[in-house]
Amino acid sequence: MTMGPVLIGIYVFVLACFVGFELINKVPPTLHTPLMSGANAISGITIVGALLSATTAPPTVSNLLGALAIAFAMINVVGGFLVTDRMLRMFGKKK
Amino acid sequence: MNSLSSMVVPILYLLSAVCFILALKLLARVRTARRGNLLAAIGMLLAIVGTLLELGLIDYRWIILGCLVGGVLGAVAALRVPMTAMPEMVALLNGCGGAASALVALAYYFSQAVEPGRVGSPTEVLGGAQAIMVAASVLIGGVTFSGSLVAYAQLQGKILGGRPVLLPLRHVWNAALLLATLGLGGYFAFGAETIEGGQTLVLVETGASLVLGVLLVIPIGGADMPVVISLLNSYSGLAASATGFVIGNNVLIISGALVGASGIILSQIMCAAMNRSLPNVLLGGFGTAEASGGGEYKNVRSCTAEEAALVLESASSVIVVPGYGLAVAQAQHAVRELCELLERRGAQVRYAIHPVAGRMPGHMNVLLAEADVPYEQLVEMDKINPEFKHTDVVLVIGANDVVNPAALTDRSSPIWGMPILEVHNARSVFVIKRSLGAGYAGIKNELFERPNTMMIYGDAKRVVQDLIKELKQT
Repeated sequence: MTMGPVLIGIYVFVLACFVGFELINKVPPTLHTPLMSGANAISGITIVGALLSATTAPPTVSNLLGALAIAFAMINVVGGFLVTDRMLRMFGKKK
Repeated sequence: MNSLSSMVVPILYLLSAVCFILALKLLARVRTARRGNLLAAIGMLLAIVGTLLELGLIDYRWIILGCLVGGVLGAVAALRVPMTAMPEMVALLNGCGGAASALVALAYYFSQAVEPGRVGSPTEVLGGAQAIMVAASVLIGGVTFSGSLVAYAQLQGKILGGRPVLLPLRHVWNAALLLATLGLGGYFAFGAETIEGGQTLVLVETGASLVLGVLLVIPIGGADMPVVISLLNSYSGLAASATGFVIGNNVLIISGALVGASGIILSQIMCAAMNRSLPNVLLGGFGTAEASGGGEYKNVRSCTAEEAALVLESASSVIVVPGYGLAVAQAQHAVRELCELLERRGAQVRYAIHPVAGRMPGHMNVLLAEADVPYEQLVEMDKINPEFKHTDVVLVIGANDVVNPAALTDRSSPIWGMPILEVHNARSVFVIKRSLGAGYAGIKNELFERPNTMMIYGDAKRVVQDLIKELKQT
């Protein structure tokens, strides 16, 4: 049996969901906020798709949408990782 | 793509996905969490490098512009946001992720179908699965974007002071709009006969999704936001996954699924902490019913900071119960100072953290960490509840519903069955509160009538500062 890319994608999606459930269930409540902002930054991975759509110079609709998507995704990625680090720094410090 | 990058790129994507999984594992422990976050950032960098390699030599102008604008905005926001506003920040970040995913799906349709001037239906041009996934990305991403903006406004108290907005017949409207949006998406994927027709449909679907996001979140009040933010976090992940199906990239599918799962787990934890079902929270309107309006209080005793300080002075064990009111009054630092003072006098001091103590999961822990409270002193509800009966003094600061014993005793109470911090078992309880006003659930708190409870009326920060002053004098 050969699987098309969509079917493989579905397999990957379902298995990744299980990995996610296993990992997150072990996180203590103290870390829920940093976990959420960190996970949030990871969802900025959509930047990969954004980069693929803003590749030519003359402004077209897809280029403009792509550039806008890059900007939104970058806010998510940069903002998410930095703010998570800021929080975790506070948890780490010793008196 | 040349032969070298065709081998390297998929491996970079795989490494990126592995980084994310290991990062989430490291994020589960305080000691390793910071490394986990760094590893996730490295994973993101690998994915971006992979994509740039895949693109090869192209015109980078739009990419650089987008990266600069987004990067600067994100960095400035992340470095300047106060910890009390972290729920708002996460809401906005969720919104950005959702918007990006929806925009990528739209851009994909324009670049693959509209701009090359292809002929045929969206399914013929893109493929059936891709066409559905474009519609799904637009729907989930659009709802996440506008829903997050409303959540942000609710948290800021900009809409009716954070109270739910209840439109007449809202369930009917919402259900109708949801069906219509799904219908538009389905018709785009399977019914549209031309690319132009598909373009109109997908743009109308975008608009409908944005309206839907607004309508779904406005009936939910400020204190239910922990659930909403968790759920929107999940949606932003699912939107990224859907986008992964559109562009055929597994790293998006994997990362999106991880985030989707984490958001769902956190929303479940939040719902369990309020003893409410997810549908009950999402249908909205909680705390606005003609509840008893607070009810009459009898035999409530109050005291001054001076009298409370006398009791605290001789206490050998103290538990502080912080609520959102403490954060509103910015009393975290004062509370930490008070606790250090008590510790120096030989008392054991701990903080009891209810899961919904803040405006997002774990928010209170962050606020106390910022005030230099050691995280070892923060104790979860299940672990601290058996301790209350051996405790001399409990200080309840700005918390209300989560310490209401009616949840355990009164079957007719709206919060019946909600897990609470059982502070009423302690020898003495001091409740620092502005007045006897009702909490979010809009009900009377029986704790305030208990014989071992004393109210200290006033602003949390000022009362705590008075306590510190009194303790220093003795």
